[in-house]
Amino acid sequence: MLPFVGALVAPLLTRLMKHNAGWLLAAVPLTVFVHFAGMLETMSSGAAVSNGFDWAPSLGLRFSWYLDGLSLTFALLISGIGTLIVIYSGGYLKGHAQQGRFFSFILLFMGAMLGLVVSDSFLMLFVYWELTSITSFLLIGFVHGREASRRAALQALLVTGLGGLSLLAGLLVIAQVTGVNELSSLLASGDILRDSPLYLAALALVLGGAFTKSAQFPFHFWLPNAMEAPTPVSAYLHSATMVKAGVYLVMRLNPVMGDTAAWETILPLFGGATLAIGTLLAIRQADLKLMLAYTTVASLGLLVMLTGLGSDKAVEAASLYLIAHSMFKGALFMVAGLIDHEAGTRDVTKLGGLRSAMPITFAAALMAALSMGGAPLFFGFLAKEEIYAALGSSYAWNSVAIPVVVVGNALMFAVAFVVALKPFLGAPTKTPKPAHEGPVALWLGPVVLGLSGLGLSLAFPLAHRLLSSPTASAIAGKAIDVQISVVPHLGMPLLLSVVTIALGIAAYLVQDRLRAAMAASLKAIGWGPDQGFDQALRGLLRLAAGLTRIIHNGRLDVYMTVTFVAVATALLVPMVLFGELPDMPSVPAFRFYEWGVLAIAVIGVAAVVHARSRLTAIVSLGIQGFAVALLYMLFGAPDLAFTQFMVETLSVVILALVMTRLRLAPTDHRPLGQKLLDMTIAAACGTGFALLLLKVTQLPFDDRLSQFFAAYSKTIAHGRNVVNVIIVDFRGLDTLGEIAVVMVTGLAILALVRIRSKKTEAPATATEEA
Amino acid sequence: MEAVLAILVGLFFAGGIYLMLSRHIIRILLGVVLFGNAVNLLIFTNGRVMRGVPPIIAEGLDVPAGAVANPLPQALILTAIVISFSFFAFLLVLAYRAYQQIGTDDTDGMRVAEPVADGLPPMGY
Repeated sequence: MLPFVGALVAPLLTRLMKHNAGWLLAAVPLTVFVHFAGMLETMSSGAAVSNGFDWAPSLGLRFSWYLDGLSLTFALLISGIGTLIVIYSGGYLKGHAQQGRFFSFILLFMGAMLGLVVSDSFLMLFVYWELTSITSFLLIGFVHGREASRRAALQALLVTGLGGLSLLAGLLVIAQVTGVNELSSLLASGDILRDSPLYLAALALVLGGAFTKSAQFPFHFWLPNAMEAPTPVSAYLHSATMVKAGVYLVMRLNPVMGDTAAWETILPLFGGATLAIGTLLAIRQADLKLMLAYTTVASLGLLVMLTGLGSDKAVEAASLYLIAHSMFKGALFMVAGLIDHEAGTRDVTKLGGLRSAMPITFAAALMAALSMGGAPLFFGFLAKEEIYAALGSSYAWNSVAIPVVVVGNALMFAVAFVVALKPFLGAPTKTPKPAHEGPVALWLGPVVLGLSGLGLSLAFPLAHRLLSSPTASAIAGKAIDVQISVVPHLGMPLLLSVVTIALGIAAYLVQDRLRAAMAASLKAIGWGPDQGFDQALRGLLRLAAGLTRIIHNGRLDVYMTVTFVAVATALLVPMVLFGELPDMPSVPAFRFYEWGVLAIAVIGVAAVVHARSRLTAIVSLGIQGFAVALLYMLFGAPDLAFTQFMVETLSVVILALVMTRLRLAPTDHRPLGQKLLDMTIAAACGTGFALLLLKVTQLPFDDRLSQFFAAYSKTIAHGRNVVNVIIVDFRGLDTLGEIAVVMVTGLAILALVRIRSKKTEAPATATEEA
Repeated sequence: MEAVLAILVGLFFAGGIYLMLSRHIIRILLGVVLFGNAVNLLIFTNGRVMRGVPPIIAEGLDVPAGAVANPLPQALILTAIVISFSFFAFLLVLAYRAYQQIGTDDTDGMRVAEPVADGLPPMGY
């Protein structure tokens, strides 16, 4: 929770202390780091802490957390690197007008990410998952003046957000199958999920979330674009932490979902493809950050692949590589940012000879690159040895997997040294800014991370006991003891390592040619998911616009037609389908004047429909109205008749007043086809209503309510006219509402009339004023 | 008796709807009036009809003597008539003002709120 508080106070602190606020704010993640570090000893014995409190007990939701080796390692990485990043961004964004906002976002993200890795309940996991997407959106779009930033931010949000929805669906399926909604109980549930027929659906949905978040092929495109963000963000979110959320999820679910044919096919396949594509694209880049971004994609692929293999060695390798990668990649990103900050460019072809100007940076970069390349003595070496050991053990796809991994690692080695050596060696080149060593806030991060990569591997027994083994155990779901030592010993893994390094050096030497070759072949392909994203978005907009134009076309007659077709369908179809048609009525014995009134009404309606002049229309409207009034009178409703007479008279008068000024086209404008269509619709509706009414009147009548009013209107309400009593007494409030409606319409009419008079008067007053 | 009225109601509905499907604002208004009458008659017929006897309690009695017309639909319709009249008046004035302002009584021409050539929304980011 601490980071959220930190996010709140960050803008204020920054206003007070300028860029130095970074040092103070770094205390927040540092506290978290120390807190989690204190739990290392407990966790190393394989224990897990879980706790929480009820959130919405009626829904079975708890706000609960769960900590084991895996969560703890992640939490340490997040808070540890976070500390360095906060300090780093204090220097990097020195003097930026919105630095406070930046700190706030970074801390917000940190809180979300920590929440994600310690979440126990599915709901919390999902909420924090989405929170990281949102904070990532805010951070990528931090330089919101640039279109590329906005595009990258939106792209990241859409891709990871859609993945988040997929994850939610997956979690719901899991909860449905197993009946639990907490990770800790899920991990204890054994084979229930694996044996369920819904296993594949749950797997696909969860992986949809994990793959988008961790930028697996073919969703990898958002990650390099996210490099539009300021470098601290790239270093923190898009290499060390957030993109690992997908990997975390896969590792977390390995004990309950892993060890099946689908798991061991899909994960290595996608992971391997991502690894290959990531490294190939990385070598093509000239921009330091983009190179690193693509190697991040590749590393994530490697992690997913290792988790998918599922053997003990592979899991050990995954946990070692996870830790190593966070440290060296974070450091290298910070170095790239540092070079950019001090030299003014991060185009590797324009950089050279910085070693004397920036010695500390050079040293840090070298340490990180050695770890990334997997050179002996560094933590990356341990990871690499373990990876090859894992691949060396029997696995069906070895013949494909080993070359992919070897080439991938070799290319990563090359890229590492392109970043760490190329800018520093050789003859000094002219850079946009005269290069010099950055301030301590900037080089502290890379140095600490580089040194810890070295330190952790030299103190490998301790590191294994506290970090690697608990992590690997949590991933595998059983106790695993990581053994690998820093002293190389002969065997298959070492041989592969040597091959890798040799290949890597070769690739480094021919980097320019490789870059050109990759660029040419990419040009030949010409299309990638990145353009696909643009096309998809444009297509979506077009679809929305087209749909709006069809449905919401602004033509009243179309709306009306659709409405009445629906009405006719609703009236007629059920009646015919369910055989509810009324019986044939017999012709009743009407008196002659009753027939007369009916005839007048029919003639009135027909005349209105066919009216060709204003006068005919008004008169015939009056005729049908009066005929209706007569009907009311004949059938025992004098009050109605009276009201109808008054209203009809008023209507005719108002119509006569207004219509004399309105043009009524003498003939109906509609073409014959349209006319026929409208007639059919109208006739269908009319028939529907008539049939419905016939059917209703043929059913027995429930007159209890009418009896009630008749019985009580005198005794209770002391009125003899039952209709009047109902209106003013039993339903008095309704009548009040009715009067209010009439009043409001009256006011509205008045307003409408007044607007006109004002408009006509306006020019007159204007001239007077002039 | 209800059967004949039911058919009459159907005719009213058909006429009203036919007019409402027009594009001329004034025909639509006439259609609305017919439609309103149709609905009122629908409610009226629904409550069953009988000749002559209004629901009035004679002097000195506590309940109506013998069968009387159903008072409930009458009360409902009374409200409906008044409200539909006030809306008719409002719509009429509104249509008149619109005609003055826009210069057409064709609903296809009244597109201030929904212009024809909306085009595509902005495609950038």
